[in-house]
Amino acid sequence: MLLDGIEDEDKWLAEGIAGIQHHAFYMHRALDANNLRDALKYSAQMLSELRTSRLSPHKYYELYMRAFDELRKLEMFFKDESRHGVSIIDLYELVQHAGNILPRLYLLCTVGSVYIKSKEAPAKDVLKDLVEMCRAVQHPIRGLFLRSYLSQVSRDKLPDLGSEYEGGSDTVTDAVDFVLQNFTEMNKLWVRMQYQAFFGLSGLQGPGRAREKHEKERSELRDLVGKNLLVLSQIEGVELQMYKDTVLPRVLEQVINCKDELAQYYLMDCLIQVFPDEYHLQTLETLLGACPQLQPTVDIKTVLSQLMDRLSNYAASSTDVLPEFLQVEAFAKLSSAIGRVIEAQVDMPIVGAISLYVSLLTFTLRVHPDRLDYVDQVLGACVRKLPGNTKVEDKRAIKQVVALLSAPLEKYNDIVTALTLSNYPRVMDHLDNGTNKVMAMVIIQSIMKNDSCISTADKVEVLFELIKGLIKDLDGTSDDELDEEDFHDEQNSVARLIHMLYNDDPEEMLKIICTVKKHIMNGGPKRLPFTVPPLVFSALGLVRQLQGQDGEVVGEDMPATPKTVFQFLNQTVDALSSIPSPELALRLYLHCAEAANDCDLEPVAYEFFTQAFVLYEEEIADSKAQVTAIHLIIGALQRMNVFGTENRDTLTHKATGYSAKLLKKPDQCRAVYACSHLFWVDDQDGVKDGERVLLCLKRALRIANAAQQMASVTRGSSGPVTLFVEILNKYLYFFEKGNPQITSAAIQGLVELITTELQSDSSNVKPASDAFFASTLRYIQFQKQKGGAMGEKYASIKV
Amino acid sequence: MNYIIGAFKPSCNISITFSDAKTRKQVPLKKEGGQAVSVPLFQSQENISGKISIEPIQGKKVEHNGVKVELLGQIEMYFDRGNFYDFTSLVRELDVPGEIYERKTYPFEFSTVEMPYETYNGVNVRLRYVLKVTVSRGYGGSIVEYQDFVVRNYTPPPSINNSIKMEVGIEDCLHIEFEYNKSKYHLKDVIIGKIYFLLVRIKIKNMDLEIRRRESTGSGPNTHVETETLAKFELMDGAPVRGESIPIRLFLSPYELTPTHRNINNKFSVKYYLNLVLVDEEDRRYFKQQEITIYRLQETS
Repeated sequence: MLLDGIEDEDKWLAEGIAGIQHHAFYMHRALDANNLRDALKYSAQMLSELRTSRLSPHKYYELYMRAFDELRKLEMFFKDESRHGVSIIDLYELVQHAGNILPRLYLLCTVGSVYIKSKEAPAKDVLKDLVEMCRAVQHPIRGLFLRSYLSQVSRDKLPDLGSEYEGGSDTVTDAVDFVLQNFTEMNKLWVRMQYQAFFGLSGLQGPGRAREKHEKERSELRDLVGKNLLVLSQIEGVELQMYKDTVLPRVLEQVINCKDELAQYYLMDCLIQVFPDEYHLQTLETLLGACPQLQPTVDIKTVLSQLMDRLSNYAASSTDVLPEFLQVEAFAKLSSAIGRVIEAQVDMPIVGAISLYVSLLTFTLRVHPDRLDYVDQVLGACVRKLPGNTKVEDKRAIKQVVALLSAPLEKYNDIVTALTLSNYPRVMDHLDNGTNKVMAMVIIQSIMKNDSCISTADKVEVLFELIKGLIKDLDGTSDDELDEEDFHDEQNSVARLIHMLYNDDPEEMLKIICTVKKHIMNGGPKRLPFTVPPLVFSALGLVRQLQGQDGEVVGEDMPATPKTVFQFLNQTVDALSSIPSPELALRLYLHCAEAANDCDLEPVAYEFFTQAFVLYEEEIADSKAQVTAIHLIIGALQRMNVFGTENRDTLTHKATGYSAKLLKKPDQCRAVYACSHLFWVDDQDGVKDGERVLLCLKRALRIANAAQQMASVTRGSSGPVTLFVEILNKYLYFFEKGNPQITSAAIQGLVELITTELQSDSSNVKPASDAFFASTLRYIQFQKQKGGAMGEKYASIKV
Repeated sequence: MNYIIGAFKPSCNISITFSDAKTRKQVPLKKEGGQAVSVPLFQSQENISGKISIEPIQGKKVEHNGVKVELLGQIEMYFDRGNFYDFTSLVRELDVPGEIYERKTYPFEFSTVEMPYETYNGVNVRLRYVLKVTVSRGYGGSIVEYQDFVVRNYTPPPSINNSIKMEVGIEDCLHIEFEYNKSKYHLKDVIIGKIYFLLVRIKIKNMDLEIRRRESTGSGPNTHVETETLAKFELMDGAPVRGESIPIRLFLSPYELTPTHRNINNKFSVKYYLNLVLVDEEDRRYFKQQEITIYRLQETS
């Protein structure tokens, strides 16, 4: 059915064109013969083809263009009085004798334009007459095209400033009045299309389809209407004052009164696009005042957004114009206008409201980059519009909120600025958890990218409030959906962020650390392993700093002392141990202990070690973990120099004891020989208990022996020569360090033992241990040959 | 039939010439056959003078019982054919009974002739002025010659000429208010006005303004009324909405109008009406007719 419709239309169009050509032919003949009567007769017949109601706007336009071209020829004829011998005034009457209105008015407009050109009557009178007479065509399409023709032929004849038609009683005002009136009438016709079925086929189609088609046809015609605004904008004489006093109020009046969604949107858009930015700025109040009066369904947000975009670009174009913005209080006006529009348009989806605020924010950032309070106001207004305490659910709305929040970050390149915006976190609260996290990541990335340091506890507080989606589980999050990898990324980002929080002033730094702790402690077992370490190291950094200053600031009553920091650390790490993440906690304790050691705080260091041992005993059950842990403990303990003999003995005893209790013999062996270092610290005033070193080593040997025996019992072959080689190396170390208990004889014995073992176990080739042993022997050889004191020492050992 | 006519061919030629024939304005007059002839134009109170020549056919004499010229104002009803009502009849005796042997010329004059009615050619009625020359003869019938002329009377612009303004409508369907700037128009006048739509609930397709002429003849039960539409002038294309006002500008000059004639000699009247017609999409017509008076204004040229 639709297809038939289109075919029919093509047929009608062809008929119309043929008709025009036919009559135009006779018209040309009459023109050639300078026969006015016939020229008028045939031109009227030709124009009668435009009376059709059967064509869609698109096709009608084709027809119109044909007639338009022909009318140009007629106009040339009219212009030349010598050809027809009738004065222009008489001609103006003569064409009005035509019986049909549409041809009559086309002819009248044509003669009218010649009339103005002849200057035999004031241009304004002719224009006024034409625009009034055109009222007679009330059919939307025909009327629109007729008036469009009028606009076309009069365009270069308006009494504009500096035009030849201006002067005397003809002023720019007349030109403006004329265009405005034509615009008003055209808009009325265009709006009316909405209510009038003008196209014969609409009855044949479904209502939805017809409506759609109707809308499409209407919007095809919109440029005819909009062109008037363009003409207005091109009138030289329309300067700001006239725009303000006449043009804008009248255009707006029409826009508001037409109460048509499509028209209002298009015309507002047009208005904003065709007139200069400066005018908009100076008439902002009027322009914005119109917005809440538009139909509630008008897409006013796009219009306003465009306005704000234009104004922002204008502001960005030159700094010279910025004072204008201040002078007209552009921000305040835009801001209140947006408020009113949102209030007026109850049905506006939330996304609309937010996108308006995004535009306003962009405007603010461009025009008033220095006015953070404005930015905050915008965010605040947005918060008020968001439904209280609920998350935004609309996907597009979420996108807009993210845009809203990202804008200040991009502009200022500095999260610190954003942190001073009190409404910023309140806006973030309205994001769903997922987006909230994404936004938090954006914030963190911004900090990282710009390398900005957050230096006060207050800001840290705000910042953590912002990124709380990452810091803790928010209500209603289900863990199942979390992607492990994403989660790690997020938490690593948080960890990196913690390092960006820094202040040279220890007191403030302590506050910062405390604030961070307060927040991250809520993170739960999954997050703490990520977040606690950076915090601990941050705190340890503070300790080092304090330690460095210690000498200079004695006596001052400072809250930030190493002691307080250590207390803090203790609590922090404790949180880790309880979640449980004992290995990590243990490492951190040891780090703390070392720091305490450096600060000469024996009890503190002892406490940390105690904690470490408690963890070892109670929490670390895995044998591999135990091995690692005990080696860590030993290593840390070895470096401690703060302990008194008693404490140290207790701790070393413990460590040795635990070493010997490891599950696997080789592990035992290795831990025990490692313990030997606890008794021999190669420092100037380090512990040097050669006897106990030897004890440890001997014990290690025993264990190695036992291990070997066990191996031969269970597997029929003796195993770990490696252990012996390792112990040999320890012997050599202490031997070189001058431990009197370690004698060359003992080393000699050990070497022989290993050699024997190796030979007896020839079947079992262990290249690794062989090589190890071989290189150890080579080392001894080397030392011997090197001579000097060391060479002498080694001289007695025979290999 | 030519030979019969030839046989009864009058024995003399009669010609009538007006004294100011060279300068007097000539206007076309439609004769019965449909062809137009140019005849002199007079108005009331003018002197009608001239000469009448009677020229007998070569070698013949015309015997007569007297020669006279009459100025007749006649009303002729077509349905009552042959009946003339003379509302004006003036006679001048030109010659006493006798014989005419050669061309003889008689001057005549009717001074300040009262000719209250205009020449009119209508559908059912004709009003004409004629000069009738009669050469009376006792036998073979009198010889008669006619000369038509046209009378037009000019009216000064009326001192009172109110506009026509009226609100009409069909309840809950269509309400309009129309206004014509005058109630009396001269023949070359322009009707200016507007139509204001107060209520529109029908889908109007277009609107025309018609000029209608209503000619009524006879009286009482024998009255014949004939209405003609002389002009059909489209005023509006498409459907207006409430509040629209549509301009009217209709030039009367292209149309063949006459002045309004009211009760001419109790025989006929010619009246003019403006008929405003609205046509809806189902081609239903809504109309309102208003009488206007048309008068003849002295042309200034």
